[in-house]
This record gives sequence, structure tokens and C-alpha cells, in this order.
Amino acid sequence: MDRRGFLKAATSAAAVPLGAAGLSAPALSQGAAARTLRFVPQANLANFDPIWGTQYVVRNASAMVWDLLYGVDDKLEARPQMVEGDEVSADGLTWTFKLRDGLRFHDNEPVLAKDCVASIQRWMRRDALGLMLASVQNELAAVDDRTFRWSLKKPFPKLRFALGKSGTPCCFIMPERMAKTDPFQQIGEYVGSGPMRFVRSEWVPGAKAAFERFPGYQPRPDAGTWLSGAKRMGVDRVEWHIMPDPATASAALQNGEVDWWENPITDLVPTLKRNRNVAVDIADPLGNIGTFRMNHLHPPFNNVGVRRAVLMALSQEDYMRALVGDDNNLWKPLPGYFTPGTPLYTEEGGEILKGKRDFDAAKKLLAESGYRNEPVTCIVAQDQPITKTQGDVTADLLKRLGMNVDFVATDWGTTGQRRAMKNPPGQGGWSMFHSWHAGAECGNPAAYIALRANGDGAWFGWPNIPAVEAGIAEWFDAPDLAAEKAAIAKVNRVALENVVYAPTGFFLGYQAWRRNVSGIQKGPLPFFWGVSKT
Amino acid sequence: MFSYIARRVLATIPVMAIVALFVFSLLYIAPGDPAAVIAGDQATPDDVERIRASLGLDRPFLVRFGEWVWRILRGDLGVSIFTNLPVTTMIGQRVQPTLSLMVLTLILAVSIAVPMGVVAAWRQGTLIDRAVMGFAVLGFSVPVFVVGYLLAYVFALELDWLPVQGYTSIDQGLWPWLENLILPAIALGGVYIALIARITRATMLEVLQQDYIRTARAKGAGQGNILFLHALKNAAVPIVTVIGLGIALLIGGAVVTESVFAIPGLGRLTVDAILRRDYPVIQGVVLLFSFVYVLVNLLIDILYTIIDPRIRY
Repeated sequence: MDRRGFLKAATSAAAVPLGAAGLSAPALSQGAAARTLRFVPQANLANFDPIWGTQYVVRNASAMVWDLLYGVDDKLEARPQMVEGDEVSADGLTWTFKLRDGLRFHDNEPVLAKDCVASIQRWMRRDALGLMLASVQNELAAVDDRTFRWSLKKPFPKLRFALGKSGTPCCFIMPERMAKTDPFQQIGEYVGSGPMRFVRSEWVPGAKAAFERFPGYQPRPDAGTWLSGAKRMGVDRVEWHIMPDPATASAALQNGEVDWWENPITDLVPTLKRNRNVAVDIADPLGNIGTFRMNHLHPPFNNVGVRRAVLMALSQEDYMRALVGDDNNLWKPLPGYFTPGTPLYTEEGGEILKGKRDFDAAKKLLAESGYRNEPVTCIVAQDQPITKTQGDVTADLLKRLGMNVDFVATDWGTTGQRRAMKNPPGQGGWSMFHSWHAGAECGNPAAYIALRANGDGAWFGWPNIPAVEAGIAEWFDAPDLAAEKAAIAKVNRVALENVVYAPTGFFLGYQAWRRNVSGIQKGPLPFFWGVSKT
Repeated sequence: MFSYIARRVLATIPVMAIVALFVFSLLYIAPGDPAAVIAGDQATPDDVERIRASLGLDRPFLVRFGEWVWRILRGDLGVSIFTNLPVTTMIGQRVQPTLSLMVLTLILAVSIAVPMGVVAAWRQGTLIDRAVMGFAVLGFSVPVFVVGYLLAYVFALELDWLPVQGYTSIDQGLWPWLENLILPAIALGGVYIALIARITRATMLEVLQQDYIRTARAKGAGQGNILFLHALKNAAVPIVTVIGLGIALLIGGAVVTESVFAIPGLGRLTVDAILRRDYPVIQGVVLLFSFVYVLVNLLIDILYTIIDPRIRY
């Protein structure tokens, strides 16, 4: 008996005169405990519609509850998941998909082609790749219960990737009645197609969510990684325990009160590593790209010379060490925009970010470009460690360059509102803000909204660089990997020459789990299939 | 008495109306956009606008305020922008943990602080008195989260006597419910104990100087009777006042304590809602807390009449 068990027994014995009723502890047997995985997610699961709310945490939970037609593996190749296979016409304009037999929703209704059509249509309206597909679509319709056909106006070689990518929003397959919900409104029920059911009755938004294994799920027969292959659950129940305080999560993991923590902060990792019951490893080999975005609409950053001067002085090591500390395994320099370790990674044009920082040359360029001491309104969200840390480094960088910094310390919610404003910085607008991008979404331009430079249609900052857009279009039409690489090299060079945004470096994070848990993969999201406890 | 209670109940209406107007206006003018939070980091400005329109956030202030007040009057606190759950449901999910924490903290604090204050007053100037006052200073000075971390480290991680975090409903057993609340209640109770102990000591010192205490002593009353029957009863009114005022401290402290110990209470609900700009939830919770506070003050006023029969309304 452990100390806590002794205390419980002693209290129960002492309280017997008060009556036996109400003193029983929850009878969680050892067997039941071994079949329940207790997980601490990266953030609060405040809503559960992966199309309406595109936050990563929603996607991570949804991946258990809804399945995909295709799923990317650890090579970022999209493999058939719910589809049995596809046929593409010789001209690339007609795709015919056939569903696997025996697929069921959690209400035991069969998954039909019309459900897939409706789900794709809802997803298309919120996803960047989906919008591109919609623009080249002739028709998407069910042919019979297991077959649907997609006819296009022009070939779209990235279609399987679009349907199977891990970047949010994913094309999760829902019952037609749910998928017909306006994508700007939330769904009202959570009937899934994946290996786990969402237990709505136990959902306490902000505190707890529970998922139970769906016995009617038909896993693929083939093994796979990430979102592909057989999604066989090693536990019957997954509980999400939201813990806003990292110290509490760390203590809970060490104490065995939870089994797996998605993203321990770097400061606490040494403590976790010292605990013999806890394993620590890199969470996602595709990591993250740190960034700050400059406003291309207003001075001073509407001037490419000023943007390049900042890039010239920027030390990615400063940013990354501030973010992840002394652990060199957790960061690497990034003289470009694409994720290291992915097929399209390139350093073409990245010389400006390499080598010793030359402040004199940067100041000279700044002066030559006509910088006239305009204030740089730097929006820094203090409640996000990544943005706060980067913001502090940026403020120092700009001051050393001799720029006039207006440091606006705010919160992430306000940043979200303010960055959408196109007003001049002195009238409620902004000059720069900080963020970061998941490496899984920066492997290619498909869902890489931050790289787009189509002016008003671009992400906040609104860069307008036609050469970047031309390069991206070239990539979309590239017939093979060699052509894709050539296109991406051009994109990288032009994007850096014009500074679409400033990449501050590539960094990784850890995940931690109890040693009696096995099967945890490294990946862009936590994969609960294949995980078991002893 | 009943007319007094009726008057006080009626008086809550304008108070609640002012609170409602204040909280709604404050949220309206505060920076931040829930539509941007909902849309996510990769969303386009058009997406954000569509969501804002679908939530009705683009409508004029008076229209939104009028609709909200009309719903409140019918007992409908609205629906959370994010979870799509009724605000009353979300509050209902969180009430038990917060209430449990506050009640346990209150019982703990009063049980410890009042005797501490009494003993300190009785032994004024001695080591006991200085120790109690020293503890009171510590209680005020050390932040709740620091105490929480220390307690969790010692009693949960090192000694493994109690859990680090979480909450178990009382219907799953008394001990499981209690074991999750002991450390949070001690952490939260620190400042409350300090406050009550100091006030108790101060009032007791004043009362112990009174003639009737000297008379009671002269008549041979034991020290215990003097302290707890004669003196404390007469010192009780300010103590009860402070206990009532301290409910506000508890509400504020519960926010931090619930975060440190991962208790799914109203405090965390409020913080999460504020960070997300979940306006209906913020408005609903603030109204609830205001109403509870007004009610607590009414109960304290009624309690005065029981403690001191001379007080009549």
C-alpha cells in the first residue's frame, strides 16, 4: 500500500461512524487504468469543430474522432485511408474515388460517398488548398454509395495531398447532415468516422475531454505512420486534462497522475529528464519556424531596403537561444522559408541570413534606403512565450540598428484583432508582429499561407511580390519532384530578396510521457493510435 | 426584518443593472476580437469578417446590449461563442468545484484564524502573539501560487500524500473529493487566515479592555469562557464583516488556485473566457459573481442581528 492509499484507508476507517454511504472511492481497477490514457494537450479544447475552429488543438482531438480519405505519412506522402483507391483520367481532369467497404460512423450508419462529397465541400470553403480546388472544379458528386467523382478544369497534382494533409483544417469526413452546416457556423453534434468516439457528456471545455474507442471502426490492414495506415487503438479511453500551468503538468506527470504531456516547456525538461519514470523526446521533427512579419503597406517597412537591413542584422541564434535555451538539439538556423528535413528544403538566396551579423553594413543600408526615423510599432503578445521572447529580441535588434521602436505590449487576442487592421501604425495599425508556423505546414507552398505574396489576398502584412506568386504557381503545376525543387528554389530566393517575412529560425519542442506508455510517435500532432500502457 | 430583506433584495436590481451595463460596455470597448481567435492564425481577413458577422459582433452596441438584457431578464445568459454550449451549462459544470474550494477554505480559515487571533490577543506581546502576527504577514506577502507550488512539491511530489491536481466530485466519495481540495484550500486560505487573524486580534484586544470582561473575571469565570463566550461574542461583528468582505478575496484567489491545481472551476472559466474574448461567458460569470457577492453581504447583515441582538433593521 502506498502512502496515499494508507491515508485513504485511515480516513475511511476514521469516518465510519459518519456512515458508510458517500465514502467509497472510485473503483478504478488496475485493468481499467491501464486502458485509459491521460493526456495533457497543448491548449484548451474550447470547441470541437475542426472546420469552423482551425486551432491545432481542435485538429489534434478531431483526428481521433474523424477519419480522412487520405492521410500523410512521415514522408509527407498522402496514402489512401478511407478510400480503397482512386483512378485518375489520362488528362488529369477526372478523379474517381472508391471507399473501403464496411466504414461506419459512430452512430453505426455506413459512410457513404455523399457524406464524403458534403464533407469535402464544407472543408473546401475554409482551406487554402480547398479554395484553389474549388476554383478549378467542374463537379464533385457521388456516383453511388461507395464512389464519388471529381472533375476539374485543369489538372491538380496535389489533390491527394490536399485531402490527406495534416495542416489545419484537415478534410475530416462527417455525416452529410453535419457537413452541410455552414463552415462559418459550428456543427451541433459530433458523430465521427474515426477510431475514437467523443464523449460529449463528459466534456468540460477548458478542463477535460474524453474519448472512447469505437468498436465499429475498420482500420486499414496495412501498417503506416502518422495519419496513414491502420489506426489501431491500444487503449480503450483517452482523457484530455487541460492544465494551464506547466509546473502543475510537470508535477502531475512525475507523480503518475497523467501519462503524456504534449509540449513541456524547455525550462522544465531537465527536471523531467531526471525522473526515471518519465521519458522525454522531440515531439515533432518538423518543428516550427519562428517569424516576425513586417507591414508592407506603411513606412518604414513598405521599403524593401529597410526590410533587408533588418534581415541583414538579424541573428537567428539570438532568437533561438532565447526561445529554447542552451540545448543545441532544439534549433537550427534557417536561411529560407521551408522546413529543414523536407524534400523541398532549400537555402537558395539565403546568404543574407548566413554568417556573422554585420551591423555596420545593415545601418548603412538602412540609411541609404531612406529610413527617416519613422516609429516601428512592434506588437508583442505577452501571453504567448514564443511571441514575447521573440518580441524582446526584436526590440533590442531594432534599437541597436538605430530604429525608433514603439513597443506595444499586449495579448494574443488583441494582436489577432490589430494585425488585421490596414490603418497606418500611428492610427491603430502596426509595423510588425511576431508569430510562428508549424513546420508541417511549411514543407511546401500548398497550405503555406504565410508565404503568399498576393497583396490583399496575402496574410497579414500583405506583401505584394508577383515573382513569388509566379514561383508558387509554377510549383503547383510542377509534374515531378525535380521541377518542384527548381520552382521552390526560385520562390525562396525571390521571397528572401523581398523579405515576405523574417524567419527567425527553426526550433523544436519536446514531449514527455511515463515509461509505462509505449508507441508514442514523433509527428506534427499527437497520434493516439498504437499507444498502449502497461 | 422581512421588510429589510425585501428592501435589500429590491436594491440588488439597480446594482445588477449597473454591473450589467458596466461589464457589457467594458467588453465592447476592450481591444481583441473573438472572431480572429476563432478563425485561427492561418485565417484570412475575409474569414474573420464572415465569422464576426455570423456571431452578430458587427451589430451596433445598443442592439446587442438590448438583446442581451432581454435574454438575461428571461434567465438566459446566452450561448458561448466558442463552445456553443449555453453559458448556464458551462457555469453549472464549474460551480461545484469552486463552491467546494471556497467553502472548504472558509471553514479552514475561520477554524484556524479565529482561535489564532483570540490566543494572540490573550497573549499580547508574547512569543505566541509575535508568531501569529508573523504568520499573518507571511500570509499577506507570499503569493498564492508560490504557496501552492510549495505545497504540491512537498506533499504531492516528495511525500506522495496528496495529488498534485484535479478535482473529484463529492458524489464519487468523500475522501477523493477532499484529497483534491486540501492543498488548494490551504494555499488559498493563507491570505484569508492572515486577514481574519489580524482583525480578530485587534477587535479582541479592544473588547478585553471592557468593564464587563473585568466583571466576568471578578465573578470567577474561567479564561476559556471569558475569551470565547464573553469577549469573542462581542468582537464578532467586525470579524464577520471581514469574513464577508473576504469572500471577494476568495473569488479572486480561486482564479490563481484553480490554475495552479488544475481545478475546473469558475475562476479558470473566467480567465479562459477573457483570453478568448468569449463575451457571453464573461458577462454571465461576472453577473453571477456580482449577485453572489451582493447576496453574501445581505447574509452577513442578517447574521449581525443573530450575533448582536441590539442590532435591528
